[in-house]
Amino acid sequence: MTVPTDLDLRFREAAARSGMLDAGYDLVDSPIGPLLVAATDRGLLRISFDADIEHHLEWLSRIAGRNVLRAPRQVDGARRELDEYFEGKRHAFDLAVDLRDVTPFTERVLYELARIPFGETATYAELAARAGNPKAARAVGMTMNRNRTPIVLPCHRVIGTNGSLVGYAGGLDRKVALLTLEGVLL
Amino acid sequence: MSTVAIPPFETFYAEHNSEVLGLLRRKVGRDRADDAFQETFLRALRAYDRLEHGEHLRAWVLTIASRVAIDIHRRTKPTSEVPEIPHEDTRPAYEDLGELTDGLPAKERAAVVLRYGYDLTYDQIAAVLESSPDAARQAASSGVRRLRKEARP
Repeated sequence: MTVPTDLDLRFREAAARSGMLDAGYDLVDSPIGPLLVAATDRGLLRISFDADIEHHLEWLSRIAGRNVLRAPRQVDGARRELDEYFEGKRHAFDLAVDLRDVTPFTERVLYELARIPFGETATYAELAARAGNPKAARAVGMTMNRNRTPIVLPCHRVIGTNGSLVGYAGGLDRKVALLTLEGVLL
Repeated sequence: MSTVAIPPFETFYAEHNSEVLGLLRRKVGRDRADDAFQETFLRALRAYDRLEHGEHLRAWVLTIASRVAIDIHRRTKPTSEVPEIPHEDTRPAYEDLGELTDGLPAKERAAVVLRYGYDLTYDQIAAVLESSPDAARQAASSGVRRLRKEARP
C-alpha cells in the first residue's frame, strides 16, 4: 500500500508549518531543467541543477540538521522569484541566502557577487579585487564553482578576462542560456 | 561502540509511512487514519533531532502510531478500556519482553518495552508517550516494580 498523494502532501505541508524542519526542499521547473531547491528558516540553502535528491540529502542533513523533508511550501518564495526571473519579469532577487558554514573570504566574495546587476558581467579578477584581494582570482573561481545557490547568487555573470565563459558548475550550456536570457549574449 | 547512523527525516518517513498508515487504518479505521497519520509523523518529527542512534526506528514509529491510536480511542470512547499495544508491532527479538509485560497498564508497558527491549533513552520514550522524561522514567520503574511483584510466588 502506498500513502495517497493528498495525505502525503498534507503531512509535508503541516511539517513545514510546524517550524520543526531544519530544511525543506522541492523540485522547481525551469527552462534550463529542473532545479533542486532547499531552504531553511534562515533562507535559501541550496539550488542545484542535479535534481536527484539522493545526491543531496546527506549534505543537507549534515549542514542544516537531520529534520530534512521534501516540503513544497518551504520553497514557495524561491519558486515564485525563480519563475519571475525566467519569465523576464524579475531582475533582482529578494531572497535571503543561508550562508552558514562559509568562510569569511567566501562570504565577502558572494556579497560582491550578489551586487553584479542583471545583464552585466564581471571578471574573476575584478570580483577578487572588489572582495579586497586582487590576487585571488583563482580562489574566486573555486568559490564560483562551489556556489551553493547559483542563479540567485549570479556566478553565471562572472567570466574570464578575455571574455571567455570559462566554466559553470551546471554546465556551460546553462551559463550561455542564463546570459542569453539577461541579454548579455545573443 | 558502533551506532547506527540516523538517516535524514525524509528517508525515515519514506521508509515507514505506508506501514504506519496500514497500522492506523486497522486500529482506528479509514476515516480517522489520515489525522492519526499526520499526528504520528509530527510527533516523530518533534522527537527526531533528539534521537541518539538509528536503531529500531521502525519499532519506534510504530509505537508512536499505537500511542496516537490509543489517544484517539480515549478521546472518542472515554469510558472504554485502553487497547493493548499488540504483539505484531514489536519485532520478534523483543517478543519475550512483550509477553512478559502483557499485564501492565499501557503506559508502563510501553515505557518498559521501549527502555529495556529497545534501549531507547527516557527522552525518546517521553516523545513517544508525549510526557516528560521524568514521567517516562517513573512509568518504566513502576512497571518493573509491578513485574517483580507479579513474579513473586
